[in-house]
Amino acid sequence: MFQQSSYTEQLTFFQKLKSFDFILVACVLILGLISNLSMFSTDGGEFLYHTKSHLIRFLVFFILMLFLSFFSLRFWHSTAYLFYIVILGFLIWASLYGITASGSQRWINLYFINLQPSELMKIAIIVCFARFFHREQITNVSSFKNIIVSLAILVMPIVLVVSQPDLGTSILIAASGLIVLWLAGLNIRYFVYSGLILLISFPFVISFLKPYQKLRILSFFNPDRDPLGAGYQIIQSKIAVGSGGLTGKGFLQGTQSYLEFLPEKHTDFIFTLFSEEHGFIGSVFLLIIYGILIYRIIKIGSISRSYFGRLFCYGFGSAIFIYIAVNMSMVLGLLPIVGSPLPIMSYGGSSMLATMIGLSIVMSTKIYHKQIIN
Amino acid sequence: MFSSNDSNVRKFNTINRRVFILSLAKGVVFTGILARLFTLQISDNKKYLTLSDKNRLREWRLPPVRGEFKDYFNNTIAGNTEVYQLHVIPEQVENFKNLMVRLKNILSLSDKEFSKIVKKKNQQKPWETLIISENLSWDQFSKVNYYLHELSGAKPVLSVARSYPFKENYTHVLGYVAQASEKDLSDNENVKNKHVPGLRVGKTGLEKSFENELIGSNGVQRYEVNAFGKRIKQLNFQKGDKGREIKLTLDTEVQKLCNELLANKSGSISVMDIYTGEVIAMHSSPSFDPNLFLYGISYKDWDTIRNNPNKPLINKTISGLYSPGSTIKPVVALSALENNVISPNFKVRCTGKMEMYGQTYHCWKKKGHGVVDLRGAIIQSCDTYFYEMSRRLGVDRLKVTASKFGLGNKVFNNLYKEEKGGLFPSTNWKKANLGQGWVLGETLITGIGQGYVQTTPLQLCLMTAQLANGGFKIYPTLISNKYQESFEKIKYKMSQNLVKEEKYDSSIIRTAEEFFKPGEKDYKKLFRNQENVKFVLEAMFASTNQWNGTSYKSRIEDPKYQFAGKTGTAQVKRITEEQRELDLETSQIPYEDRDHAWFVAFGPYKNPRYSISVFVEHGGSGSKAAAPLAKKVIKKVIDRHEEREKLRKRNLVNI
Repeated sequence: MFQQSSYTEQLTFFQKLKSFDFILVACVLILGLISNLSMFSTDGGEFLYHTKSHLIRFLVFFILMLFLSFFSLRFWHSTAYLFYIVILGFLIWASLYGITASGSQRWINLYFINLQPSELMKIAIIVCFARFFHREQITNVSSFKNIIVSLAILVMPIVLVVSQPDLGTSILIAASGLIVLWLAGLNIRYFVYSGLILLISFPFVISFLKPYQKLRILSFFNPDRDPLGAGYQIIQSKIAVGSGGLTGKGFLQGTQSYLEFLPEKHTDFIFTLFSEEHGFIGSVFLLIIYGILIYRIIKIGSISRSYFGRLFCYGFGSAIFIYIAVNMSMVLGLLPIVGSPLPIMSYGGSSMLATMIGLSIVMSTKIYHKQIIN
Repeated sequence: MFSSNDSNVRKFNTINRRVFILSLAKGVVFTGILARLFTLQISDNKKYLTLSDKNRLREWRLPPVRGEFKDYFNNTIAGNTEVYQLHVIPEQVENFKNLMVRLKNILSLSDKEFSKIVKKKNQQKPWETLIISENLSWDQFSKVNYYLHELSGAKPVLSVARSYPFKENYTHVLGYVAQASEKDLSDNENVKNKHVPGLRVGKTGLEKSFENELIGSNGVQRYEVNAFGKRIKQLNFQKGDKGREIKLTLDTEVQKLCNELLANKSGSISVMDIYTGEVIAMHSSPSFDPNLFLYGISYKDWDTIRNNPNKPLINKTISGLYSPGSTIKPVVALSALENNVISPNFKVRCTGKMEMYGQTYHCWKKKGHGVVDLRGAIIQSCDTYFYEMSRRLGVDRLKVTASKFGLGNKVFNNLYKEEKGGLFPSTNWKKANLGQGWVLGETLITGIGQGYVQTTPLQLCLMTAQLANGGFKIYPTLISNKYQESFEKIKYKMSQNLVKEEKYDSSIIRTAEEFFKPGEKDYKKLFRNQENVKFVLEAMFASTNQWNGTSYKSRIEDPKYQFAGKTGTAQVKRITEEQRELDLETSQIPYEDRDHAWFVAFGPYKNPRYSISVFVEHGGSGSKAAAPLAKKVIKKVIDRHEEREKLRKRNLVNI
């Protein structure tokens, strides 16, 4: 046991490099290329602000990911709680001194970058839970104390994010956390109970929603209710995707986007633009790339000898899946509109940074898959 | 250690099992998203493609180019000219107010015009073209172009607009166009469908009657627009069809002469081909320049036209109703002869007046004509003779003949909405409309074209034409068409009708014939014995060419131009005994009380081809005020005859 751990700890740079997961890196690069080309298209085929900053962010964070990959898994394990506490601190900072944009106070000014801590919380919550359940006996997982503590870990950031207000991100944080709790082996009946409670409390929750959020839910069920108002985004997005057809309208030829019928085309609706221009074939290709990415993450988790690495990879892979599924279902009119970016594709530095940090922990799990953390 | 290991194994087993379940769930969701993509992009692709095109494409209709009017010699009498206009699409202008203030200075618009434009802007949709000015002068146009870089949103365009090159000459024939009103749109579905801001439609005359043929079709510009409705690029341009060209039978030379002759007078001149029925000239005076209505007439001009006591807005030739006076005497005489009431040898002694049931009926000549026969009565227009003849004839028999020759009926069927039929009275008419019995005295004055008789100048022209062609029915027309039967054919048909006994005229057979042979018409004889017609025509000739005739002074001796005519002087007011004693000159009577002057004629006498009617409202006596005008017109018409024939023969060959 001691020997094994000492063996992994003495990995040389080239050994580390050799055990890099190149399929994962390739997937990230392909997604990066696609996202930059899509961003180029949102700028009307010109190398303008969005394309420039997206490209810079991608390159910087991609290199950061490669760099962080060399950190040992034990490092991530030891800093997990710190990571969570720092991000939680950022969230409190944001709620006190945050920068407000489009009615939501969700950014903090770090002098060199405006950070959206709620995006990072999506990762931090997974890391935190991975560490929390790392040493827990399986029989102990569903103990009262554990449930109380893990609920506290989950609820604190959600309350902060909801109050920003940012419903979309808080839902995604909640989803990420719950997935990890489920994977950690929390008794199924708690999920059933809380599901029931949620169902019963649904009407009360509705009454606490903001009017625009209610409108979004209503217009999800019937977009033609108000085609120029709340239903506009869903209708125009569906038109864009539907008119793409099998092969799409062609790169830079998406009429819905360049004639500005498409809202939020840089961020949440980037898939719509891509799908309009590249059609069914392009969309399936993109889905396959995401599929491979998620498969690799889960696969890496399954070879990890440490519970921390495994739980993180499973949790992160599933979370990524949820982000993608929520975003796509939303733009395809399967879910109500909530703000949720598409990982790597959407414009937004914090989301990109969070995804890259998550990927670097996955990569570190791969490199140090034999490492056992006590 | 072991137990912890065992627990660890259980922990790993749990997580592996649960991630497997999760992966299955992911597979389901993934399939769901794929299925959704498939329905949107493959199954419903057509629907969404249409919706996307509907989003991005917008059509702009352009005003159609109106069909032109040509005269018989292919001169354009209502055409289209290029005009410089200034358009603005309000939604493409960043600051409409600034632009308008700038334009106001450049075009030096008045405050009134300025507020009118702003008002117009508020009434229409923001993406509709707002026409700032419909007719910029070259000066303004170049000024706008010079400052164009400061006037973002303003668009100087070259457009077409109606123009009437002969101005007041054709006003009443053609009518005029002006901006379509709400009523124009609701009355005419076709206009409604083709309407664009600034569209001009016919308001009166042929412009109105032929609206559907003239209007043409809209050009269409298809643009790609963005979500805010801004035009991004023009995708295609579909040219509209120009409206139909309509060729008239009118001769501009004659028309212009009529206009000159009637200058400063109120009246009408019309000329007709006595065989084909083609109207060669038709003018009503006073006239006005129809171009004034094109861009909205000014209040001042409109007031001048509307308040002119001589009523320039009325087409007197077809809508003016007047007593025909002595001009109908040839028809009265013909009626008497046809009904064997008198023979040409029947004589009456004219003493200047005639007593009947205590009423005195005067002849225009106070001293009287002495003993006159029918020919003499027509030549000198002896009223006394016609009183006596009408008394024997009776008004009902007279009405039959008069109606046959076109009096009291519309000349063109439905060509003009404003045409009036007039009236030729009968005993039944009076009973039905006035509820009173006919009085014999009314027959007497009807016989000299006074009383209830009301005709339009063109009816008298038609009456003269149908007498002059030997007494056959003709079909007056203004529109030159390829189905028009030739003069030779018509003449042949008339000669056929002369020998043919009048047969039972089945309207069904006639309709069928017209269906299979468009333009084939029956030139029915309107008499029983053509000798009677010939007698009347000869008397009309003598009336102009014999020393004691009423229009002797206006005769032309050259056989080429020699014509026959009949004067008419219609009283507009009952003349009192004192006035009769005074026997004032026309110039001494107040204008509104003066007689209407008439003259109808046909020429050349040897081989008559044209008939004319001249009417001068309150002009005084027919021989002094109307006949001299007719003389000039007839000369002109006969001078133009050869050219007209040449063109006609060329057209015949073409068909």
